[in-house]
Amino acid sequence: MRMSERSSWQPTAPLRATGNLFGFALDVFRALPRRPFQWREFLQQAWFLASVTIVPTALVAIPFGAVIALQVGGLIKQFGAQSFAGAAMVLAVVREAAPIATALLIAGAGGSAICADLGSRKIREELDAMRVLGIDPLHRLVVPRVLGAMFVAFFLNGLVSVVGVIGGYIFNVILQGGTPGAYLASFTALAQLPDLWAGEIKALVFGLIAGIVASYKGMNAGGGPKGVGDAVNQSVVITFMLLFFANFVMQAIYFQVVPPKGA
Amino acid sequence: MGVEIRVEGLTKSFGGQVIWRDVTLTLPSGEINVMLGPSGTGKSVFLKCLVGLLKPDRGHIYIESHDLATCGERELYEVRKLFGVLFQDGALFGSMNLYDNVAFPLREHTRRSESEIRSIVMEKIELVGLLGAERKLPGEISGGMRKRAGLARALVLDPQIMLFDEPDSGLDPVRTAYLNQLIVDLNQQTGATFLIVTHDINTARTVPDNIGLLYHRHLAMFGPREMCLCSEEPVVRQFLNAQRIGPIGMAEEKDADELAAEAASGAALPPLPPIPLQLEPSNGLPRYTQRPAGQWCLAHGVKPPPGSFQPNVSTAPGAAFAAERGRA
Repeated sequence: MRMSERSSWQPTAPLRATGNLFGFALDVFRALPRRPFQWREFLQQAWFLASVTIVPTALVAIPFGAVIALQVGGLIKQFGAQSFAGAAMVLAVVREAAPIATALLIAGAGGSAICADLGSRKIREELDAMRVLGIDPLHRLVVPRVLGAMFVAFFLNGLVSVVGVIGGYIFNVILQGGTPGAYLASFTALAQLPDLWAGEIKALVFGLIAGIVASYKGMNAGGGPKGVGDAVNQSVVITFMLLFFANFVMQAIYFQVVPPKGA
Repeated sequence: MGVEIRVEGLTKSFGGQVIWRDVTLTLPSGEINVMLGPSGTGKSVFLKCLVGLLKPDRGHIYIESHDLATCGERELYEVRKLFGVLFQDGALFGSMNLYDNVAFPLREHTRRSESEIRSIVMEKIELVGLLGAERKLPGEISGGMRKRAGLARALVLDPQIMLFDEPDSGLDPVRTAYLNQLIVDLNQQTGATFLIVTHDINTARTVPDNIGLLYHRHLAMFGPREMCLCSEEPVVRQFLNAQRIGPIGMAEEKDADELAAEAASGAALPPLPPIPLQLEPSNGLPRYTQRPAGQWCLAHGVKPPPGSFQPNVSTAPGAAFAAERGRA
């Protein structure tokens, strides 16, 4: 039905889609404080998201740390500043690599699962049935999922930071022949605590965006099983674009607000 | 007791394409109504407008003191507590077993204890004949069972208005007959207002008090069953008697040339078949809103087709026509 709704493409279509997504986000915020909060659904979803993301995240984080160690290690050797290898690693992993890896996983693994789940509920008319039974699916299903995605993203970011730094250490010290003491001692030379907070805040925002986009796409899926597949695909692509853009904006703001160490 | 639904000037379109316009009708309190129409005429859209899942472009839907077409989201959720809706495939929650599905509205909307919930749920499950299957997941049972479980869930909050979206699609004739009997019995017990959206002629001829027909983007007719079954209106007649001759074509309505060719070939609609008796509740007591057979025809001076209101009238479409031919 939705297919035939738009028989001809209109130039305002992208604007309308953006507006709808934004309107959906506002609806979610409005449903956020409504009682009773769905604890059960929240815990189930958080557990589910954690179970589909933890292992891939850890596995992604190790090569991520290693590749940064490789890049930074080589570069730093040319400058003759090997003693700062650890500092550069921590900075790169905590500030950039961890939020990016989190974003990839929360959108790719978590968001796609949320979108597929809500999409199949939509085409089976479960969402309509819920509305008719007097229950708002936004409050009952979407809010717990969005909060679950944020909650899990927060911890995933911490996980990637730790695993990435450990991976970098192993690579730098064992494979590149760096000194363990210098690596550890320079940890706090460049990085500072606000870097970690900034990374965690980013992760929360990424979880929020991924949860909202996935829910929006899922709840507006149409046209049978193929529609659900399309929705999942679009949701992952849109989330990626938004996350990388949001990452850039937040990092730019961060540099304005928090001065680099020693500056 | 049931609730009256008053629909005035309702119009709905999708992206410039009108589904139907200016639909005006009143579903009288406590009566059984059937909405018919060829495939793709927006019967399900009409149903979804009635529960506020879709917003009509124009018009009003009055239920008690609310206007569903204009009211806000919060009011809408309030009004929906009056409704029980049976969706086409039951629309059960796939992650819950049948028991939890039926218990869901009670757990969400009432503060009843689990033992109270259990007795209500088991009563409804027994009513639809699903005793013993309550621990199964919706994916593990047949379409007919899903439909009946959906019905149990729709009934659990004692709705004032029951809407059925094609209750007979995908069911065998025997199960359809049982389901129709169940619908009539439920109407007798609850006194709720019923609306059945279907294109099953047997159901339309025997179950309802009123029949409506959506066709060619408008409401062609809405009125008492006997009025529609006696109607000489070509569309109503063609549809209610499942004929090929008439204005409804395979794709959509026939154009003037086709109709002229049809008239030239001498094809005419067969005489109206007799009107069957209305399906009665299984305990033999009349429903609150039930009217005596032939009352409308008598009151309006319309002569029903010969053989009407006889207990042995076949309900299968076309059968009466065949009998007529045999006699001729």
